[in-house]
Amino acid sequence: MKLIRRLTDGVPSRALWALGVLLVALLVAPALLGKYGLSVLILILYFAFVGQAWNIMMGFAGQLSLGHALYAGLGGYVAAGLFFHYGLGPWAGVFVAVAAAAAAGAIVGYLGFRFSLAGVYFALLTIAFSEFTRLAFDHWEWAGGSGGLFLKVDSTVDVWNLRGGPLLFYYLILALAVGAFILCRALLESRLGRYWLAIREDAEAAQAVGVPVLRCKMIAVVISAGLTALAGVWNAFYYNNLFPETAFAMGRSIEITLAPIIGGLGTLFGPMVGAVVLTGLGEVFTDASEYFHVPGMKQIFYGLALLVIVIYRPAGIWPWLAGRLGIGERRP
Amino acid sequence: MTSDFLLSLAQAVSKGLLTGMVYGLMALGLSVIFGVMRVVNFAHGEIMVVGMYLAWMGFEYLQVSPMLSLPVIAALFFAAGYALQRTLISPFIGRPEHQQFLLLLAVAILLVNGCLAIAGPDSRSIQMESQFDSYDLGPLVFDAVRLHAALAAVAIAGLLWLFFTRTRTGKSIRAAADNNMGALVVGLDVRRLYAFTFGVGAACVGAAGALMITIIPVTPFLAAEYTLLAFVIVIVGGLGSMTGALMGGLLIGVSEAVAGLLLQPSLKSMVSFGILILVLLLRPQGLFGKSGA
Repeated sequence: MKLIRRLTDGVPSRALWALGVLLVALLVAPALLGKYGLSVLILILYFAFVGQAWNIMMGFAGQLSLGHALYAGLGGYVAAGLFFHYGLGPWAGVFVAVAAAAAAGAIVGYLGFRFSLAGVYFALLTIAFSEFTRLAFDHWEWAGGSGGLFLKVDSTVDVWNLRGGPLLFYYLILALAVGAFILCRALLESRLGRYWLAIREDAEAAQAVGVPVLRCKMIAVVISAGLTALAGVWNAFYYNNLFPETAFAMGRSIEITLAPIIGGLGTLFGPMVGAVVLTGLGEVFTDASEYFHVPGMKQIFYGLALLVIVIYRPAGIWPWLAGRLGIGERRP
Repeated sequence: MTSDFLLSLAQAVSKGLLTGMVYGLMALGLSVIFGVMRVVNFAHGEIMVVGMYLAWMGFEYLQVSPMLSLPVIAALFFAAGYALQRTLISPFIGRPEHQQFLLLLAVAILLVNGCLAIAGPDSRSIQMESQFDSYDLGPLVFDAVRLHAALAAVAIAGLLWLFFTRTRTGKSIRAAADNNMGALVVGLDVRRLYAFTFGVGAACVGAAGALMITIIPVTPFLAAEYTLLAFVIVIVGGLGSMTGALMGGLLIGVSEAVAGLLLQPSLKSMVSFGILILVLLLRPQGLFGKSGA
């Protein structure tokens, strides 16, 4: 109870009511939506979840990672590989997967922070590690090489082995997204969260007043990588296949960053709002581009939308939207 | 170590050096833009791919060789880069990096899919009469097209060096890069200089595209790879350093060629990324960059 009170402290009651209504709506949504609607909602929740995970590192601690596909891909490959080769169920494998990704995050983070790489330089280091891993997996037989790793598609629902239809994966990703949301709120309210914001605003000043900068950054990258690995495991068992070309692709990394940037960096609702906007636009553009019969049309619409958003709402949609709604979650 | 092996190694190194000169020209554009206005051009490879397509179209539809269309493409890209900086990028200078990243990502998506919409997904290449000509130097054989492309790249880099050291505009740009406030105080029109710089950077990479199409076929999907490659080169050489960009290009060109020979061709970029990681950790200012820059 004390924890709940701490988390909800200072949140207006109508915002809590709105959140409650949203949660109930998401819980009953599968009963109301068709197959297509559910698949879109799954996509939204997935991007909201990985966006939240990425946001911890960039939005809270101010470290720009453009290589998060590394953690998602590693998580997915580890859990799927253990299941495929040794029959180890994903509920056990997920621990190994998260540990592997967190370790990878710790290595990248330690090297980057220790050698005080910042901004673009740090971002390039994350890209380089992700690309390096992609090429390594391309040539690694255990992981299926460039031919990919496939899980047997099974229509019977078996929760213990994460075999089942969209409904199972919907509730899983919903649980993850809700969990990440609560975790991020708790983190922001903690001492660690305040340290992160101090580092984001001015690392040198934070260091000067005694914030353990290196340790705080390390915790950020480890938590962020671990959560991203969860998304990777979910992804691997939902789609039943993994290719280095896509799992570790730079496009995948960029995809992860878009929802929080578009939604509002460093805010709790930013990743969610961004995921809704981007997934929604993506679906609309898929339909719209069918009239043109031109390759790349969907992406052209998408690029135009990104351009318009970054020009007119460079700080993200949510801070502006919240202001309009009078809720006013300021960027903490 | 047989002499056969040494010969093929020397052959790979010389081929890598020639390709590396074109890489260097491409990276030079990125380096100039970053060095002057601290904007990271995430659409760099995409701009080059547009240049490759333009040169291909000139050859395919107008029968103009890429060497002749190069000046036209460079001029067009200068104008387009100037306009792009003036309209879209200018407000983003000094903004947080993730905003610049998103802006240029959007530009990149538009460029690459514009190419896809117009030219389709197929790989396009140029078949010139001189395609199979070669020059022999002792036991080594040099492809004529590759050699010409490399020489042109070096010549353009030389012109650029003259521009930055001998002309008034070039010197002003360097002044604005060294000390923005000082440049404003002495009355330089920094906004115009920035637009000029972006134009020069775009012209460089457009020219590199016109040369690249003579040695490598183009598809829209290559764009992101070239952006990454350009980044690897300038970081290895030293962001903002002209010599560094050229030397980085040579180093990466040679390492790719040698890795293709000794390991597998598909592992060649792994070596480049390995070099990048090492340089970032051990000498983040790059091999030729000034420390503290």
